[in-house]
Order: sequence, then structure tokens, then C-alpha cells
Amino acid sequence: MASLWRYLLAGLGLAALLAGILAIVYLTAPQSAPGPDISRSKKTANGLFVASFQPERGVIKQGELQSWLLTLKTVKGDPVEGAAISVSGGMPQHNHGLPTSPQATDYLGEGRYRIEGLKFTMSGVWQLRFAISAAAGSDTVVFNVVL
Amino acid sequence: MNRLLRFLALAAVLQVAACGKPDFSDAEKKTIAALALNALPALKPDATNRFADVPAAAALGSTLFFDQGMSHDGNVSCSTCHKIDRQFQDDLPQAIGVGRTNRRSMPLAGVARNPWFFWDGRRDSLWAQALTPLENPLEQAGNRAAFAHYIQKRFGARYERIFGPLPDLSAVPANASPLGNEAEQAAWKAMTAAQMDDVNRVFANIGKAIAAFERSIEPAQTRFDRFAIDLASGAKPKADDAFSPEEMLGLKLFIGKANCVTCHNGPRFTDNSFHNTGVPPVKDLPLDRGRFDAVAQVEADPFNCFGAFRDGDAGACGELRFMVKDAPELMRAYKTPSLRGAATRPPYMHAGQFSSLEEVVAHYSAAPAAVEGTSEVHPLQLSDRERAALVAFLKTLSD
Ligand SMILES: [Cu+2]
Repeated sequence: MASLWRYLLAGLGLAALLAGILAIVYLTAPQSAPGPDISRSKKTANGLFVASFQPERGVIKQGELQSWLLTLKTVKGDPVEGAAISVSGGMPQHNHGLPTSPQATDYLGEGRYRIEGLKFTMSGVWQLRFAISAAAGSDTVVFNVVL
Repeated sequence: MNRLLRFLALAAVLQVAACGKPDFSDAEKKTIAALALNALPALKPDATNRFADVPAAAALGSTLFFDQGMSHDGNVSCSTCHKIDRQFQDDLPQAIGVGRTNRRSMPLAGVARNPWFFWDGRRDSLWAQALTPLENPLEQAGNRAAFAHYIQKRFGARYERIFGPLPDLSAVPANASPLGNEAEQAAWKAMTAAQMDDVNRVFANIGKAIAAFERSIEPAQTRFDRFAIDLASGAKPKADDAFSPEEMLGLKLFIGKANCVTCHNGPRFTDNSFHNTGVPPVKDLPLDRGRFDAVAQVEADPFNCFGAFRDGDAGACGELRFMVKDAPELMRAYKTPSLRGAATRPPYMHAGQFSSLEEVVAHYSAAPAAVEGTSEVHPLQLSDRERAALVAFLKTLSD
């Protein structure tokens, strides 16, 4: 009987020790790196425009061609018209570019441009970089899309 | 102290026993569910081929697929390399038609779901793909004028019931093609534009019929799929479907540390894209730069989606319209093959470079540099046990 108690005590002691070690490891571990900025609306790099980027049909489907809308406004909130837009990007963690060459194919009014030919073939962080040229000047913006 | 040791030993035993049970995180379960066959959506219609789902077209396509008359020497059909009892492939490192080609035959399960065809994607539809071997001197070695005459002679009535009246071919030379030998090319150039169009249209319809047949070739359920269904529903797997600890480890590595699922994703285990993975060239074969050279070939193909023989509107041509045309990563990039059934169809890679799954896994673990371009694969340093586990898991996609 006495030996059973000793087992239990040993077990409890060991559990407490383990919990202590785990707590120290957990509390002193560096905070996990913050995820990529996945906001869908932001100022362009030099602050010329406010850009927002949304899938045209609301959902992202892996492996299918789809179109997104890039909406460009001035900082005052006026729509940016007649912009020339080029798209590049890739997956920085995998060191590859986009599997397609998306293009701005249509202007829909109110600063909205249709970006066609996007395809996300893998899970992970995708980076899409837009170079924008309009009357106000040229600027760039990068959006992260996480699948 | 002795008791403490015994306690630790007991704890270790319990730990090991727990390993045999499926122990996947929610994220892992989500990935596994996305790989299962029941996640495969219904096959979409092919707007570029209005005969794609016409049963009579599929029936004629099936006849043509197995017909050795569809070759220059009368000895080669599609089924010579795409063998029906061998997953529609031929077990050879490089396919042998009329001559020896420089590429491995691809299996056909789920082929109608591809956006690009061949290892390098040099064709953009299943029907345009089917036309290419017919005129390749190393495969069926025929020419389109001869095929049009052959169809009229052998299958005229069947053809016309599906595609409408055949054109008048009486003044069309017996052998002519823009891709043929010198005499065939000269004969082609001597034809009128109307005759060329007539022949091209019959030729395109041959491809559309074969494509209609090939749409019926779909992947079958495997032990992995049954395991995945049980894992998702929490049901206890039936005896044969349960994964061994080794298969379980292999699956964990596949979707985790070994990064296989990065490219081999979705229920067909492919991202339908092209990658340089450092697979070495085969000595004595012609220069092969994969996707890098295929871009110009698909753009030049008169049967591509932008061409005159597409049905429906150009809205179906997104893949070609938004194709990457020049990027360094196209160099020696090849299509990610599906892994379903792969364990029972060595050899592997675009020219049969590796004779076993063990060699394939060893290649990805070591990740040697590419001879040209840059390999996207990074060394993994997998242990012997881990490599064997990956192979064990891959076999569950064939059971
Ligand atoms: Cu990637």
C-alpha cells in the first residue's frame, strides 16, 4: 500500500515539474511572428492612392481562374479614373512567381478596375503587387492573400 | 530511483501506444479532407467542344482511340501507349509509337480536368491534345489529309450523324499536312484555303470525338479515400482501410514536413501547374526545356482556344489568355503529375528518370540543383524511416 502512495506522489511531483517547465518554456518563447498584413484596403506605398482589392464573386477558390476588383481612390476619396495598372507577384515563401499573368481588363466606373486571370494554385501566402499610373502620378501597392 | 525509472518507462510505453491512432490537428484534417476523392467536383462541360458530352461522339472517339488504322504504319493507336488495363499508360521510360519518343506516357484518369496537356502544357484542350500524336512522326506518324480520307472511308456515316455532312474530299491529296514530311507539306501548300479548312475541320472533329471518350476516364476510390472519409466522420475504419503507423507517419510527412502537398494538392494531387524540381535530363535524348519551349508551341497551334475550330466564345480561353509567357521559372518546368495510382506505374518523371518511388522520394529529400533553371525544391534530410513512410503512404493511393 505504502509503495502505491509513493508512486502517486512521484507521479504528482513529476507532473508538477513538467507543468513548471512547460510554463517557463511557453512564457519565455518569443511571440510567434505576426502573420502577413492581409488587409484588403490600404494606402499605396507613397500615399498617392487608397487601394482596395476584393474577389469579384466574394469567395477565393483554390486552383480556378478568377477575377478580383481593384478599387482606386484618391486620399480625399475621389475615384481614380484612367489608371494604367500592371500586376505581378508570387509566393515569397516558395520563391516562385504567379502561375498566370493577371491583367486589368476593364474599368467598371467609380474607380473600380477588373483584374482578370488570377489563379491561386497552392495554400500559403500569395503576394500581389500592383503598379499604378494615373493623372496624380505613379505608385505601387502590395496585397497579401492567404489561402 | 528504481521506481522513478519504472514510472518513466510506463509513461514512455503509453506515449508509444498512442502513436498508432490517427492523431491529426484540425488543420491537418482539413488538408486531408481536401485530398480525398469525394472533394472532386463534378466534371465541368467543355465549352470549346460542343460534342464533349454527346454519347455518339464518345462512342466514335472510343473506336478511334483503339483503332490502329489511325497511324501511318497501321500498327499504332492512342491505346498503344495509353493501355486500358495499365491506367492508360505503358510502363516505359519513354513512349514508343512508330518511333521512340522523348517523354513518358501520361496516365489518363481525370485527364479532362487538366487546364494544360502533355508534360509541358503545349496544348490547351483535350481535343487539341488528341490531334498532336496523330501527326507526330514518332507517335502515330499520320497526316491530316490521310486521316480525313480514312474517316470518310471507314466511319463516314457515323461521322456525319454526329458532325454533319463531310466536305467534298475528292480533290484533296491522299497525304498532306503543314506538319508532315517535305512532300506532304508541298501537297498541303498546293491545296486551296477552302480545302485546308475542310480538312482541318474533319481533323479537329476527330480530336473532339476522342476527347468526348476520354472524359469518361476518371480516378477511382482508393484506401486513402476511405481512410479520409472515416477520419472526417470520426467513424472507426474497417479492418483493411485502417492506416498502419507507418502509413500514418507518411501521410503526416506528406502534408507537413516533406512539403509534398504544396504542389500535390486537391483530390487529384496536383496543382495543374509547372515546376522545375531539378529532375535530371536523360542522356542521349534531344534538348528538353519543358514549359519554357511549350509556350510558343501552344500559341502557334491553330487548334488552340483562340483558333477557328473552338466551339463557343473566347470566354473559355482564360488559361491561354492569361498564360505566363516569359519567366525564368519556366525553364525545365514540368507539370505536377497526379499521384493517384502512381505506386503501381513506375518509372517516374517526364522521361522515366526514376525507376521506383524510393528513388523519387530520395530525389526530393536530397533536392539536387537543376541542370538549367532553378529547382524549387529544398533539401529535406529525411531519415530512412521517414522516406519509407512516404512511400508506404503513396501506396495507399493505389490500393
Ligand atoms: Cu507556392
